[in-house]
Amino acid sequence: MSDALLDVRNLRVAFGGKEVVRSLDFQIAPGEKVALVGESGSGKTVTALSLLRLLPEAAVSGTARFAGSDGQADLLSLSERELRGVRGRDIAMIFQEPMTALNPLFTIGDQIVEVLQLKMGLDRAAALARAIQLLSDTGIPQPEERVKSFPHQLSGGQRQRAMIAMALACQPRLLLADEPTTALDVALRGQILDLLDGLQRKHGMAVLMITHDLNLVRRFAGRVIVMENGRIVEQGPVADVFARPQHPYTRSLIDSRPVRDVQEPPRHGGAPALLQARGLRVGYPVPLPGLRGWFRRGEFVAVQGADFSIPPGHTLGVIGESGSGKSTLALAALGLLPFTGELQVDGGNWSRDQVRNKALRQVVQVVFQDPFSSLSPRLTVEEIVGEGLTIHAPTLSKEEQKAKVERALEEVGLTEVQFPGLLQRYPHEFSGGQRQRLAIARALIVEPRLIVLDEPTSALDVTIQKQVLQLLQRLQRERSLSYLLITHDVDVIRAMAHEVLVMKGGDIVESGPVAALLDAPAHPYTRTLVQAAA
Amino acid sequence: MSTVSLSPSQRAWLRFKRNRLGYWSLLLFCTLFVLSLGAELISNDKPLVARHHGQWYVPILHNVPETVFGGDFQTPTDYLDPFIQQQFAKEGNFALYPPNPYHHSTINYFAKEPNPSGPSADNWLGTDDRGRDVAARLLYGFRISVLFALALTFIGVLLGVLTGALQGYFGGKTDLWFQRFIEIWGSMPELYLLIIFSAMFDPSIALLLILLSLFGWMGLSDYVRAEFLRNRQLDYVRAARAMGLSNGQIIWRHILPNSLTPVVTFLPFRMSAAILALTSLDFLGLGVPPGTPSLGELLAQGKNNIDAWWISLSTFGVLVVTLLLLTFMGDALRDALDPRKAEK
Repeated sequence: MSDALLDVRNLRVAFGGKEVVRSLDFQIAPGEKVALVGESGSGKTVTALSLLRLLPEAAVSGTARFAGSDGQADLLSLSERELRGVRGRDIAMIFQEPMTALNPLFTIGDQIVEVLQLKMGLDRAAALARAIQLLSDTGIPQPEERVKSFPHQLSGGQRQRAMIAMALACQPRLLLADEPTTALDVALRGQILDLLDGLQRKHGMAVLMITHDLNLVRRFAGRVIVMENGRIVEQGPVADVFARPQHPYTRSLIDSRPVRDVQEPPRHGGAPALLQARGLRVGYPVPLPGLRGWFRRGEFVAVQGADFSIPPGHTLGVIGESGSGKSTLALAALGLLPFTGELQVDGGNWSRDQVRNKALRQVVQVVFQDPFSSLSPRLTVEEIVGEGLTIHAPTLSKEEQKAKVERALEEVGLTEVQFPGLLQRYPHEFSGGQRQRLAIARALIVEPRLIVLDEPTSALDVTIQKQVLQLLQRLQRERSLSYLLITHDVDVIRAMAHEVLVMKGGDIVESGPVAALLDAPAHPYTRTLVQAAA
Repeated sequence: MSTVSLSPSQRAWLRFKRNRLGYWSLLLFCTLFVLSLGAELISNDKPLVARHHGQWYVPILHNVPETVFGGDFQTPTDYLDPFIQQQFAKEGNFALYPPNPYHHSTINYFAKEPNPSGPSADNWLGTDDRGRDVAARLLYGFRISVLFALALTFIGVLLGVLTGALQGYFGGKTDLWFQRFIEIWGSMPELYLLIIFSAMFDPSIALLLILLSLFGWMGLSDYVRAEFLRNRQLDYVRAARAMGLSNGQIIWRHILPNSLTPVVTFLPFRMSAAILALTSLDFLGLGVPPGTPSLGELLAQGKNNIDAWWISLSTFGVLVVTLLLLTFMGDALRDALDPRKAEK
């Protein structure tokens, strides 16, 4: 393809002798929308960064012929000085986390103006007018005011829009978008995607979108490149690849959408609810501004008026965007935050006295989101998983404890056969999904009846997410466990929950059985959530 | 995958060992310290063992009166006396002297030059202005400095970790009041207090240790507090609370082991700071009681006898080497515990 905008041949990237990208070949035509998909560690971000040689420690080889405004050139053999001419002007990049990608000490206007002055040679007044124009193109309201804002004064979505405005300032021929929507709330993702789509069409630029989200690929891209372990395993038009995936890895990615496999409706039988909340309210003290803050503290209400109940064997899904109070709700249910209102766990109440809570602690356990911070790095697997026994079954002998730990690990699919010396290993030797299994085993060992799952799979890759959800479903069927499932992912709710609460700004805006609620959402907010996930 | 699992501290130790400079500094420092612990065997004015008229003596353990060896008085034997040495040189008699036959308090009455005398075969690094062997005083002074530094570091770490842990774990009011206390305590003029107290009490090592400990824990406490504040809101601590662990168990099992990185990293630097503090106070004459071998006192002598270059130069050398070894160890330790490197 001689008319390709970008023609990458035999691209290899290595860090200290360890090859992370192995012999990549791909082309991007002018104005084409290509998605680069793969799980974390597959080398997709490294590929994009190496094209602009933004990885100083990496050893990059191969060729990447790019048809820039100064004619054809090999990006990988240009001098640093020549490459600077390409960066920003012909090829622009937007990053995953807009807060860290923008300089917090400059207004977004200054940052866009800087690009325009450097790359386009505009004077300051012209550059400022152009910056305002760019911001208004990205749909930021009141762009004349917003150019004077610092990054922290913008919302996450606005920040990402500002990033996009900055990237598009010089009308690049190729835009590298590295997970541009991952850090945003679900409802915002669709908007940013539509924005990129519109701008792409308007300017006729090519986009290389790096993502792990297949919904996004299906919606946005024309062609898809699937990467696994630094290699391209499959590429082709999106419709073809999704309809007829050739490579088993692509197939597993496409099949990774969580599947509903729960008992429904579970035996109700008038059994008393395991968790029952009425008028639950949680507030945090926050400092007040000005002189008043010296004498009084304000209150931020994170959750209010929450009524719900979870019968045995049921899953209550709580969905909402970040800051909607869903994690606060989880911590309150665990008795880890002071709250007002009524909250009954298995007929008992949380008390201030931790000793009296001991019996309840055995009933309710928790699995957190981040598999890296949820296990103490300095304890062995045996110590981590066995800890609950030292509290709740201190009479067991050492051998009985060990046997129980092994049984709990086996339940979550971790065995001595797979991992020799499993019990004496430390968390850093396990992958994210395996750590999440360890966290589940730690919760299971005290034989709880309710497990609070706080975004249990959102830090995991899609294929791993499916496995962990299947594990949770099996445990629920076998032990008739109840779950309080906190998530922002509609697919996960659809697969797991029996009843759903939708939260927004600390309020429960809608609740009901999962099928009814998701198929016919009454509240407009629920509707955007469901639409964004489709 | 290897079947041997290494704990994070074991991996940090491996990373430390990979730093040649730091590792060899540690070995050298430990060797010097162990040697200085046996200073009595290396530098002493009494023979290790002696044989006289078919009888065995161990003079470094027991005082033997001079009459035993043919002297005139019941006083303890001066083994450097040429007469006594002649006795041991006789047939059948024998005395094994330490390599450097001077104790730190021994005055060489038999020096060929007036005090302070320069380096010679008798006194390798010369004598000080009272005729005491500089090499011996350096050896004993090094030992006192290191022991003092170890004790001060230990107490400082203990206090710092304890106060930092309490503030960081409980936060809120506890933290607020403790911080205000530290601010007031930290703004006391430490040096003036030392001068006042050394005027009020008899100077002694114990007094110095107490005074310096009172002010030495604050810096570390801030670091430990910050680590506790960070760690206590991590999910593994929340999970432990949800499991029903008591505060004590959470602090001891979960947060403390994960909060010790700054403590360990600063150990060598705290040691060198302690050695320097003792040396400076001794130099000013506010430190150890007179007669105690100390690096600071030697430096002061070097200043008073500027011509006797062997005093200041050798003391300076010992100080520089000691502090350099500690700094190298500290650098290596900091690299080994660097979380960015630990991830790999």
